[in-house]
Amino acid sequence: MIAALRSEVVKLATTRLWWVLALILIGYVGFTAALLAGLFGALGDQLSAQPNAPQLPPETIAPVVYSTVTAVGYVFPLILGTLAVTSEVRYQTLTPTFLAQPRRGRVLGAKLIVLGVTGALFGVIGLVASLGLGAPILAATGTDARLADSETWALAGRVVLAMALWAIIGVGVGSLIQNQVAAIVSVLAFTQFVEPVLRFGTSIWDWTAAVGRFLPGAASDALVGASIFTSFSGVGGTVRPLEWWQGGLVLLAVAAVVSVIGYVTAWRRDIT
Amino acid sequence: MSKHFGAVRAVSDVTFTVEPGRVTGFLGPNGAGKTTSLRMLLGLVRPTSGSATFGGTAYRDLARPLSTVGTALEASSFNPGRTARRHLAVYAAAAGIARSRIDEVLTLTGIAEAADRRVGGYSLGMRQRLGLAFALLGDPEVLVLDEPINGLDPEGIRWIRELLQHLAGEGRTVLVSSHLLSEVQQTVDRVVILSRGRIVHEGSLDDLEGAQRVLVNAQDRAALRAALLAAGLAVVDTDAGLAVPGTPADIGALAYRAGVALSLLQPERAGLEEVFLELVGSGEGAAA
Repeated sequence: MIAALRSEVVKLATTRLWWVLALILIGYVGFTAALLAGLFGALGDQLSAQPNAPQLPPETIAPVVYSTVTAVGYVFPLILGTLAVTSEVRYQTLTPTFLAQPRRGRVLGAKLIVLGVTGALFGVIGLVASLGLGAPILAATGTDARLADSETWALAGRVVLAMALWAIIGVGVGSLIQNQVAAIVSVLAFTQFVEPVLRFGTSIWDWTAAVGRFLPGAASDALVGASIFTSFSGVGGTVRPLEWWQGGLVLLAVAAVVSVIGYVTAWRRDIT
Repeated sequence: MSKHFGAVRAVSDVTFTVEPGRVTGFLGPNGAGKTTSLRMLLGLVRPTSGSATFGGTAYRDLARPLSTVGTALEASSFNPGRTARRHLAVYAAAAGIARSRIDEVLTLTGIAEAADRRVGGYSLGMRQRLGLAFALLGDPEVLVLDEPINGLDPEGIRWIRELLQHLAGEGRTVLVSSHLLSEVQQTVDRVVILSRGRIVHEGSLDDLEGAQRVLVNAQDRAALRAALLAAGLAVVDTDAGLAVPGTPADIGALAYRAGVALSLLQPERAGLEEVFLELVGSGEGAAA
């Protein structure tokens, strides 16, 4: 198993994919965090002066800025995990992979572990961007950056956990949908369109909201405990979002279900 | 072993043994089931029935697969973004093979100078050599090579022939597939010939050359043909007469019993390539 893990590490480290995605993640999260920090810092005073404007409690501003890592960046570890499997199918490297390690379950297990660790690394990289740009901008605009608050660092830990789980889900998705184009289109369509529509649609009634909070994106936001998408919605709703650990369990369950189905169906298929 | 893809019987009851110390050719036209058979051998394709073992152990159960069986299946199993050295490093790590061995096989296969270039820019010949480097990575006792000569230049072909014979000379077991007999004729000691998923010949090349034909003719050629067909012989029409497998004595006796007066009865030693094409000929008709 150690050998299978080492092989997966070498596989990731010897192609450009991981650091290209990490660079885009830094740029995207850094930009979003800086934008939100600047926006809230500048508008916070004006909003609170107007009784009719939606209220954003000042203590939620910093978490919303820092959680951009998962709120907008979770798709990066998801895609990395997916490509880690589908690129092997595309380039037919599953043949040498399974020749070197014929116990295919071990290969999948090693991929899940190595990509999980890499997803966590993506979380750390994303936090460097969101904290590194967000905190100074918040401080400069007179908003509490809450860097001394232990809850901020607990949130950072949950961000890392969420990013790890998304990478693991990606491996599961890749093992299930082995065609690279189909897998990437599915991931983007679900995360960028289907789920946002479902989350908005289910938030209308209480009974649908009770179901909608189990959507993976909603569960991820619940695990992290803050998100630009949840801070403004749910106003007046009686359905509480999931607890952070419940959100984590939902993500873990999604990862387990797609990986097991992928293993049983596509992963054990003939390699021709 | 047998393998059916739905209604298609890709491989039917293929059984053979490959001996150490010799180069065995696994021959047949494209689509005969060679690659499917090799992939079943290596646990990549699950047989519909039957099994294959290396010294009694199935590939999936080998403790150190790459150090027991070295495989080169096709010239395209590479991530084009990796260099040759890194490609080999991935599988050396998976198989617990020392990194120093990577340099050895790169030198052995003659691609050491290109080892740090991305594989995407490699020629087919260089990919074949990298495939062979992967096969040799674990210094295995058994080598399974699928069409390793494809895409090599004449110098490369001579090099691989010498390498394969050298490896067999060290007592290793070498199985080489090809769709051209002429490609491996000078290299192999034994052949297994596959056509339409079935073995049509297994043995030494001498056995194959020994296959005899008789050229026979008569004034009443139709009656002769009918007699030969009635005896279950495969009849090939030529300008000079009818070519049938067998000895002059057998065919002469057969014609005598049928009451056909012969105008020609001539033994003919068919060339190796001709015998091969005849053996697999029916397969080509199906492929077209």
